Amino acid sequence: MGESARRGLFGIALFVASLLTFAFLALPLVAIFVHVPPGDLVAQLSNPVVTDALIVSLKTNLIAQVFILVLGTPTAYLLATRRFRGRALLVTLVELPLVLPPAVAGIGLLAAFGRFGLLGGTLRGLGITIPFTQTAVVFAVAFVASPLYIRQAIAAFEAVDANLVAASRTLGVGPAGTFFRVVLPLASGGLLAGEALSFARGLGEFGATIMFAGSLQRVTQTLPLAIYAEFDVDFDVTLAISAVLIVISGALLLSLKLATSWQPSRLTSRSRSELLSWS
Amino acid sequence: MAALSAHFTLPLRAFELELALAVESTVALVGPSGAGKTSVLRAIAGLVRPSSGRVALGDDVWFDAENGVSRPPEERRVGLVFQEYALFPHLSVRKNVAYAGGDRPDEYLERFRISHLADARPDELSGGERQRVALARALARNPDVLLLDEPFSALDAHTKSTVRAEVHELLGEFGLPTLIVTHDYEDASALAEEVGVIVDGKLRQLGTPQELVSRPSDEFVASFTGANLLRGSARREGDRLTRVELDTGESLFSTDVAEGVVGVVVYPWEVAVGRARVDDSALNVVSGEVGSVVEVGNRVRVRIGPLTAEVTASSAERLELARGGVAFATFKATGTRLVPLDGRGRPSATDP
Repeated sequence: MGESARRGLFGIALFVASLLTFAFLALPLVAIFVHVPPGDLVAQLSNPVVTDALIVSLKTNLIAQVFILVLGTPTAYLLATRRFRGRALLVTLVELPLVLPPAVAGIGLLAAFGRFGLLGGTLRGLGITIPFTQTAVVFAVAFVASPLYIRQAIAAFEAVDANLVAASRTLGVGPAGTFFRVVLPLASGGLLAGEALSFARGLGEFGATIMFAGSLQRVTQTLPLAIYAEFDVDFDVTLAISAVLIVISGALLLSLKLATSWQPSRLTSRSRSELLSWS
Repeated sequence: MAALSAHFTLPLRAFELELALAVESTVALVGPSGAGKTSVLRAIAGLVRPSSGRVALGDDVWFDAENGVSRPPEERRVGLVFQEYALFPHLSVRKNVAYAGGDRPDEYLERFRISHLADARPDELSGGERQRVALARALARNPDVLLLDEPFSALDAHTKSTVRAEVHELLGEFGLPTLIVTHDYEDASALAEEVGVIVDGKLRQLGTPQELVSRPSDEFVASFTGANLLRGSARREGDRLTRVELDTGESLFSTDVAEGVVGVVVYPWEVAVGRARVDDSALNVVSGEVGSVVEVGNRVRVRIGPLTAEVTASSAERLELARGGVAFATFKATGTRLVPLDGRGRPSATDP
């Protein structure tokens, strides 16, 4: 076979493989919208099952994300800037929920915070119940979604030029001031990317939530749980909820792309390439 | 103005940095890359912690290993200008200069002639402009000592000479104790009253630029200051002369006294160039093929065999020096210095 023929074949192979990939990924998404005419979709949105699940999902996810940001950001900065014994182990611990089956996460949460769990007695003594409450949903979401943020935050902090931190210090600004005035603004693009991914993952959380929080409408039934609950009852409702989730997740990813394409001029070249590797 | 005194040891990856310095006016440390120059500045600024020693500005102790004193960088009044300037990419020029919260940043913008760039971001600036911003930022902090890390290495040759003159003027204006590290001896001698040559973390020689050139302590200092270095074996010849038999078989004469294996040091401006052998008072003649002819300002550097000579552009033209021709390099016995060889081979960073 001639060189040019081989090159032509290679081009065709790339094209065909890509086409199959796109078709495979797009078809299920398209199918959902084909099944539910836009008019029905809007009508279903006023269905109490859907609205309740939407409210529970947004509320629990927003609270979980606040915790992830407030606790995860300093944790990531510590892991990114300090070298100490056992650091690799801690990084692994932070990443583990990413590869753990969500069911295992749910069992783990029950074993820790459940009525007969590790902290069960203590919590009961304090009059606190966690399993099968909205708090449990927040716990499940935070447990499963935090690694996506923390991992990306570590990378974003590591990408900040150490000389800029050193420069800030020699200019008379202490470690905390340097963090807020130099490190955080420069890492913000990466942090935003991680936060968006973490939020999207949290919205889709199912396995850990159903085990640890159950599926009570208006209390713990999030959008994915509502899909499962309505599956045998009303297929149209599940389609509507699915459509809502696709729109939210798509919007999240899209705004992430837009945010990062606005950011680059404000970033150092290293963290820019870090971000581009996400898109 | 209080002087900076620093003596410390700092273990680095390949060797230990060991240094004692007093900086009253302007001192430059010169050495090849990897000699530990930047680490000297980082240790003084408090960005790395030496294993022993003391750093103080006058009576103000910044670091004292014995007494467990180690002040963080923000509590040492240093103005450190980083090699790549380390300007904050997310802040405008004005905000960079005002970062330390010093009084009147606009005054510094004006003084450094960067007012028109106040709202620009660092990535929109040229190398020379960035350097001015970095200097302005460091000085706006009102430091008691100025540290410059390879101030000209990020600049092209054309910008460099202008910027060097500007920096020289500024150093005089501010009158701060200043420590510069650079790999370029010319930069060092142009800016500093005292130059130290540092190799593998150790100071080989510290002196005025004239002292280094007239009495280099070893072959490294000699070649780093731009001298020719020829190896040979020395033998006394009469009372006031030493004959050095070169590895090539030729003989040279020096008024320095030495025996055994030595390096013959001769500076390019001590070497005269001719197209024919001339019988004059110069004892030393080296003939060879013209290797390269490079113009440097109004002078021309000519490579003849193992030697580099520096002649005026008009002489070069008159002699019609060109690559490949044969020329004679002559220099007086009094124009040579003999230095011990430390057996590490000729340092590579020295070819002109």
